[in-house]
Amino acid sequence: MLQEIKIIKHNGKQFIPDLRNATLAAPFRGRPVIGPEKVDETELVNCCPLMAISASPVKINLAKCNFCGECALRFPDKIKFTRDHRLATNKIENLIILEGEDRPIKVDQKSISKKIKSTFGRSLKLRQVSAGGDNSCEMELNACGNANFDMGRYGIEFVASPRHADGVLVTGPITENMAEALQITYDAIPSPKLFILCGVDAISGGIFANSAALNRSILNAVKADLFIPGNPPHPLTIINGLLDLIK
Amino acid sequence: MNSKDKAYYTVKNNQSVDIKKIPVLHYSDFSTTIVKLLDNTDNHCVTYFAFYQNEGLKFIAAVANDSSHQIYIFSHFLLKSEKQELESLTTKVTALHIFEREIHENFSVYFSGHPWLKPVRFAHNRANKNLKINDYPFYKIESEELHEVGVGPVHAGIIEPGHFRFICNGEEVLHLEIQHGWQHRGVEQTMLDKSTLLQRTMVSESIAGDTTIGHSTAFANLMESLAGIKTNPQLEVERAVALELERIAVHTADISALCTDVAYSLGANIFGILRTAIINFTQSWCGNRIGKGLIRVGGTNHPFNNELRNKLLKVLAEYEEQFIRLAHLTFKLPSIENRFDEIGTVTQQQAMKIGAVGMVARMANVNRDIRNSHPTYGFQKYIYQPVVLPKGDVFSRFLLRRKEIRQSIAWLRDVLNAEDLIIDSGAPKTQLNLKPSAFCISLTEGWRGEICHAAVTDENGNLIHYKIKDPSMHNWKALELSLRNLEISDFPINNKSYDLSYCGFDL
Repeated sequence: MLQEIKIIKHNGKQFIPDLRNATLAAPFRGRPVIGPEKVDETELVNCCPLMAISASPVKINLAKCNFCGECALRFPDKIKFTRDHRLATNKIENLIILEGEDRPIKVDQKSISKKIKSTFGRSLKLRQVSAGGDNSCEMELNACGNANFDMGRYGIEFVASPRHADGVLVTGPITENMAEALQITYDAIPSPKLFILCGVDAISGGIFANSAALNRSILNAVKADLFIPGNPPHPLTIINGLLDLIK
Repeated sequence: MNSKDKAYYTVKNNQSVDIKKIPVLHYSDFSTTIVKLLDNTDNHCVTYFAFYQNEGLKFIAAVANDSSHQIYIFSHFLLKSEKQELESLTTKVTALHIFEREIHENFSVYFSGHPWLKPVRFAHNRANKNLKINDYPFYKIESEELHEVGVGPVHAGIIEPGHFRFICNGEEVLHLEIQHGWQHRGVEQTMLDKSTLLQRTMVSESIAGDTTIGHSTAFANLMESLAGIKTNPQLEVERAVALELERIAVHTADISALCTDVAYSLGANIFGILRTAIINFTQSWCGNRIGKGLIRVGGTNHPFNNELRNKLLKVLAEYEEQFIRLAHLTFKLPSIENRFDEIGTVTQQQAMKIGAVGMVARMANVNRDIRNSHPTYGFQKYIYQPVVLPKGDVFSRFLLRRKEIRQSIAWLRDVLNAEDLIIDSGAPKTQLNLKPSAFCISLTEGWRGEICHAAVTDENGNLIHYKIKDPSMHNWKALELSLRNLEISDFPINNKSYDLSYCGFDL
């Protein structure tokens, strides 16, 4: 007993007190910024393994970016990854980073219905479905609930049944074999409900975007309420994204 | 086969060979050779796969010796014009069941005598597309007393999909069948389809995100060998350091998860906090908590320097002090011993039979550890002594993690104190010229166990086949065996105690 108290005392308060304003140290790669320097744009476009960069003017599409940092390594004067971890948004066009702009990525509050805020603002229960996820996003989602990040303090939790859930959070590029199970899970959730894509694989297919083993047809019928970029997204990115959506 | 020809060609880990040097045996000689090799308990089959070549299917098998650092490779060929049927070897060597099932699923080769040619993962390029994952007929036992419990593919937590089908007599599990495939993303095909080295490296990082370092290290070693690049020794040591950090982090998380399952919340929380310190160090090294972006072919973008070394020594010292104190308490708790001891036992004989690797082998008294049996440079320079436990139950898997963490910290401290990290390993390669008509096999001891990557190139040096084997390929069978005659309520602790990979299996 004494030993246990000692251990608890030694660990003290481990939770991050203010998740909304917590910062991360370099070399964390958050929201990139594109400077005005002139570079060989063809080379820049081709250096991206996920074809997330387009030219004239240079843009980075974070829906496709897995934050490997290759562009910043090759063109350090042109592209820099900031430590800004707030990347989630409800509008996919907000994920496009424009040349010469250094603006935070925001959730568009005007397009969120009042019902979402009033129903989920103080309690959000999510069902997580991994549809070909590589278990890195899943590990970070688990970390959201640990003693450090303690997402539960905001009433956000992952639950064991779609019947108890207010929405589904998808990780992975959505495989053919998981397509039906994902659809069934989504259908089993009572309305109003959220559909959240977490990680580059879920948002765009990531490195597997052209694989014949995927079936992303659910995205034609269901509109995503939140996109959380990253590979995997940091717990701070996930939690702040969810809070921006419901608070 | 002439008497002067050897039945196999001997290579070392990460040694690429001219594919013509691999003996092509008649199937009867192939069978005799593999059965004879696997009769020796020091040997186990690390991979056995097929791919289309010219007029038919080429099959390559690799058998590794656990004590002599040698890997024996040999092959056989099945012409398109021949009957697509071979005599199954599973009847003689059970561990080969998974390889034959995989070949059957992908190429429709029938293995006569195989006890159960059950689908492996319903791959998108499987031979029989009429088989659908969602109408897979599970194994049945007809009886009025028995009932079935089906779990999955979506599970009650943040966990990957898979299906567990229990056949129970009351609370007692008579049989557990595990079916996979929901995670299948076409990893091996994507590896071939992607044209640049960086894209392929990213595919390797995504095979199993919890084993990012393990799989990307296997990939990098394999590519460097196939391209004939001599890497900086320090780079090899850095990769080994990253590998051990990944092991410590995941083992700690698993200990924490097991504490959660038996409602020991002090352990669940504090072990979780300890793991955070390790992955946060990985982030300060490469910018990603999981280690994505760290391992690159031929060099690194994130060199390990003396500043990071000193930081890591501090992180490890703080971690170890707390870990020892808490582990001392946790592992003596009667409530934990009561739940874990003598539960879900896999015997040494069973582990050998199913070809268990890594942790699952070592918890059941089978000394199989690539760091020791087929070490890369880092583990040659700094010897790692594997931890082996005798009993094979949940408690052994729990305890093995504790002991391996201590062993890895001791190993890391040796390395960090001895290495002077002043050399810059240089930037990664952007392009490679792979040797033509070559074959290479790369083994890495990830935290789960033996990761095997194998690749074949054509006469122009293009990659024509890439084969990945996660340790879970063998080890899921151990979980099925563990559950026999156990109460179904013991399933969660058993499943957690293995923590096997779904995506690594499904690819």
